[in-house]
Amino acid sequence: MVDINFGRARPGGLLDLSRVEGLDSWELIDGGRTVRIGAGASFTRIIDELGSLCPALAQAARTVGSPQIRNRGTVAGNLATASPAGDAHPVLLACWAQVEVESAHAARLIDIDDFFVGPKRSALAPDELIRAVRIPAAAGPQQFAKIGPRNAMVIATASFALNLDVAGQRVGTGIGSAGPTPLRAQAAEQMLEEALADRWDAPEAELARPLGPAAREHSEQERANCPERPVSAANKSGNDSGADIPSRLSEGAARQFGALVAEAASPIDDVRGSAAYRRHALSVLARRTLNWALADLSEAERPVSGANKSGNPGGAAA
Amino acid sequence: MTVTDTATRPGTSSRAADGVGASAARPDGVPKTDGSFIYSSDEHHDGSLWGVTLRSPHPRARIQRIDTSQAEGLDGVRCVLTQRDVPGSKIFGMMVYDQPVLAIDEVRYQGEPVAVVAATHPEIARRACQLIVVDYEDLVPNTDPEVSLTGQVDGLPEGGLARHVRIRHGDVASARAASDITVAGRYEMGTQDPAFLGPESGLAVPVGDGGVELYVSTQDLHRDQRQVADCLGLPLDKVRLVLSGVGGAFGGKEDLNVHIHACMLALRTGRPVRMVYNREESFFGHVHRHPAIADVELGATRSGQLVFTKVRLVLDGGAYTSTSQVVIANGCYFAAGAYHVANVEIDGFATYTNNPPCGAMRGFGAVQSCYAIESAMDRLAAALGMHPLELRMRNAIGEGDTLPTGQPVDGPAPVQEILAWLRDLPLPEQSDPGAEDMRARPGGVGNVTRGEGIRRGVGYALGMKAIGFSGGKDDTCTARVTVWIRGGEPVAEVYCAAPEIGQGIVTLEAQIARTELGVRTVELPDKDTGVAESGASSASRQSWMTAGAVVGACGLVRDEILARAAAALGRPAAEMVLDGAEIRDRGGWPLMPVAELLGPESVSHAYTYRHRPTEPVDPERGQGNAHVAFAYAAHRAVVDVDVELGLVRVVEMATAQDVGKAMNPVAVEGQIEGGTVQGLGLAVMEELQIDGGRIRNPSFTDYLIPTMLDVPPMPMKIFEFPHPDSPYGLNGVGEPPNLSSTPAILNALRDATGLELPRAPVRPSDLVSELLP
Ligand SMILES: Cc1cc2nc3c(=O)[nH]c(=O)nc-3n(C[C@H](O)[C@H](O)[C@H](O)COP(=O)(O)OP(=O)(O)OC[C@H]3O[C@@H](n4cnc5c(N)ncnc54)[C@H](O)[C@@H]3O)c2cc1C
Repeated sequence: MVDINFGRARPGGLLDLSRVEGLDSWELIDGGRTVRIGAGASFTRIIDELGSLCPALAQAARTVGSPQIRNRGTVAGNLATASPAGDAHPVLLACWAQVEVESAHAARLIDIDDFFVGPKRSALAPDELIRAVRIPAAAGPQQFAKIGPRNAMVIATASFALNLDVAGQRVGTGIGSAGPTPLRAQAAEQMLEEALADRWDAPEAELARPLGPAAREHSEQERANCPERPVSAANKSGNDSGADIPSRLSEGAARQFGALVAEAASPIDDVRGSAAYRRHALSVLARRTLNWALADLSEAERPVSGANKSGNPGGAAA
Repeated sequence: MTVTDTATRPGTSSRAADGVGASAARPDGVPKTDGSFIYSSDEHHDGSLWGVTLRSPHPRARIQRIDTSQAEGLDGVRCVLTQRDVPGSKIFGMMVYDQPVLAIDEVRYQGEPVAVVAATHPEIARRACQLIVVDYEDLVPNTDPEVSLTGQVDGLPEGGLARHVRIRHGDVASARAASDITVAGRYEMGTQDPAFLGPESGLAVPVGDGGVELYVSTQDLHRDQRQVADCLGLPLDKVRLVLSGVGGAFGGKEDLNVHIHACMLALRTGRPVRMVYNREESFFGHVHRHPAIADVELGATRSGQLVFTKVRLVLDGGAYTSTSQVVIANGCYFAAGAYHVANVEIDGFATYTNNPPCGAMRGFGAVQSCYAIESAMDRLAAALGMHPLELRMRNAIGEGDTLPTGQPVDGPAPVQEILAWLRDLPLPEQSDPGAEDMRARPGGVGNVTRGEGIRRGVGYALGMKAIGFSGGKDDTCTARVTVWIRGGEPVAEVYCAAPEIGQGIVTLEAQIARTELGVRTVELPDKDTGVAESGASSASRQSWMTAGAVVGACGLVRDEILARAAAALGRPAAEMVLDGAEIRDRGGWPLMPVAELLGPESVSHAYTYRHRPTEPVDPERGQGNAHVAFAYAAHRAVVDVDVELGLVRVVEMATAQDVGKAMNPVAVEGQIEGGTVQGLGLAVMEELQIDGGRIRNPSFTDYLIPTMLDVPPMPMKIFEFPHPDSPYGLNGVGEPPNLSSTPAILNALRDATGLELPRAPVRPSDLVSELLP
């Protein structure tokens, strides 16, 4: 629609998928391990209904456009546009999603890593439609963060998604708006998997449950334990031991993770920001989201106390 | 439009209800909210054609050939016009005629109109535009105003220098020697766009006598009418303009846009023609705020007394002058700020380049100079080790002080009161940013911080500007008021061309008639060129000027009604008052219903209001009593900055402003909020990015204006020090809150980060520049 309004596209016809039965809903498949989101499910629906099963996707959905856009826009439309700035993309990468596509004669599953083939170009064949997107239900803390020079309704200058898959002992990442396509920060994932190796061994039942938004809210006390300082201030004070970070990762490791994420990006200078700013911002986002995710892990490891600790295992939260 | 007494309740005096000083409801409020309001883009007429403009893709090129034959051959196309087809003057303009209606042999900015097409459908017209063959010889654009101001650039009018304004007051050279401390800095400002939501649009309808009617959104019907008539080669009485719904203007609808093109197409085809720019075209279809480079040097005593101010201000006007000649003058008049300083040297340059044309925008040059001087004042405060507010209070201008132009400040100048209110206003709580809703933090819904990296800053700025047209212009506004009886009740009609551009002049016209005549029902006919001029809704002048005209016309109507009553009742008119439906004696006793007095007759009078005369400044030293009046506002900005990501949340914007008289308090609050937010946009996000003469972000996707999540709470204090020269003591309201908003935020960002931040708007990368490679 945007291209039509800008006069850049004059398609011979338009196909309205919004009335196709069942397309606007989601379901759990694979014994509750995977969420299958129909191509017609709106961002609003994802925010309202998938906050626990797909917390990072729900967070990304919250940052898309305005309420009107979220009521109409879908992950499938986001994917088919294949913009490097599509807000769902970093999360789909971080979660190892699969795209279910179908043509008149065949259906296939495309791994998200194979989906984005160039700027605004995807692996979709001209006669294929997206039917659904499959995303593993969260099995550990997830984060999505997006930078724009305005506090809402803005295209990302840079964005980052992080998925700590405790059950699978894997780390997933996704970078948006900092390359010709959405990108995965492979070296950063590897580094973090190694750094977290001993943590994965914590009791799985406790860690592998999805963490809803409530569980991700920080209490006053936790923040007090987690004093993040701006680089400049930290450098000046020379007091950056990181000793009080409530995780077994040092501040140095978090910074290394940030640096590796920044390295994985291949941004350009454009009207929305400079390449240098994007790289820098990604390193900060990666470090911060990692700290939040680790804080969530610590929270999960602590004895259950609050109401929000009564998590359901697997995907049964829905 | 009929404006009835929605707020009149039984038992209340009709005179008081919704009169001057009440927050009367806008007559256009409900229609604008429920979608029934007719904006200029909604105007239609049976059988109308659509007009579309072909624009230059190049910032500078020679046109070698235009071939319209293919376009003319397209089914549905009714005509294709180029400069050859302009019937009258081929150029038009605001101050001087210098801009081609359609490009003649060359194009001087990207987006310059080259040809226009009328067709049965807008899509056909657009396709026809693509079929017009234009052979351009691409030339290297001149885009650097610093080069243009030498006046030596080949290929630019006047060698590139449109105007140099000089103001000399006192003796800066000796004052510098006498200063204990001097500071100097360069401050730059990018190009702001008015970013109105209602795009340029209109409907031209040919009429039987060879003339044309144009329904259009504009800030000044009569100035438009003169230019349109000149270019169509028609007498004024054959060109009738009717104000259509204006979806925002901010200065950007003073210059012509669709006007001449739509009329040319309508006259050529004999059919009504609609034109509506789309959003992208709109960015090329109107003038922008001048980008600025300002060098400011200040000298002061150790105790913080300003000794001299020296400013060099460069405003790039782009390809055509529009109002650049007066924007630079206004920028210079107030370049020393609202301070008393004895020695001043100001040089202002308005340049030509191949950048997009710039012209009027809310604040009119004073926004740029206020930003510069207020940034410099904070620099001086830092150098003196003095609180920035204390430095301002110590030097604030007052009644009787002399401006750099030699004019004494008359009228109220309550700058001390304004600043004291901001000083005494408690700061918003420094709540734990991590605990709040993420929407209240820098980065908003982006989820980028839970308190990490956030620092708070507080900044102040003060602004001053002239109200009304300066420099010797004989400015007038005419209104006709007619009273007649309908259903036994008097009805007043106020007929004035003052354009309603969202500021609420229609509300005010009705409020004034209610107060002056005591009537309950006021009717406002369409605003058009059928009555003498009102002047532009610009320069924060329209309420003052229109109020003067409506009060005057109401007075003549009242005098006549009382004279008739005197004749009928055999009592002196001076013993009677007109109170709506009744003639009363001075004690309030009813003497005679107005309905009985007038019967089927009506009483109608026109009145032309003039403000006090002004004079031009002399070209050598810029001295002269150039201004009608002055208005003052100041802001305190509180910001949170994420110093690692460079993201900003403006936490609070407090405004103190003197408005003379709050004619409609809710409307005044709206003006202050709107002006403040427009300044906020200029401080942290609004910039038309222009590179090599090309606009890189002509869309609301990438030209960002503040959303509700960027707009903070805005406490305000509205002072009402009556102005001695104006109707009801009112003063202009619309522009002053736009001046100091931007520098207050810049100063707050500087306070938070310790950075110099020499350029507005401040981008995220500017705030983390020390962290970038
Ligand atoms: C004002 C505004 C703000 C926006 N803000 C954001 C933002 O913040 N973040 C963001 O990521 N995006 C944003 N967008 C872009 C857009 O809304 C999103 O990309 C959205 O996800 C598109 O989904 P849709 O269902 O509306 O797709 P449509 O717009 O209907 O379609 C987009 C493209 O996908 C194709 N398509 C749609 N569905 C399918 C399918 N099932 N199979 C194959 N192809 C398909 C269409 O043919 C078209 O080419 C914004 C758009 C607007 C207008």
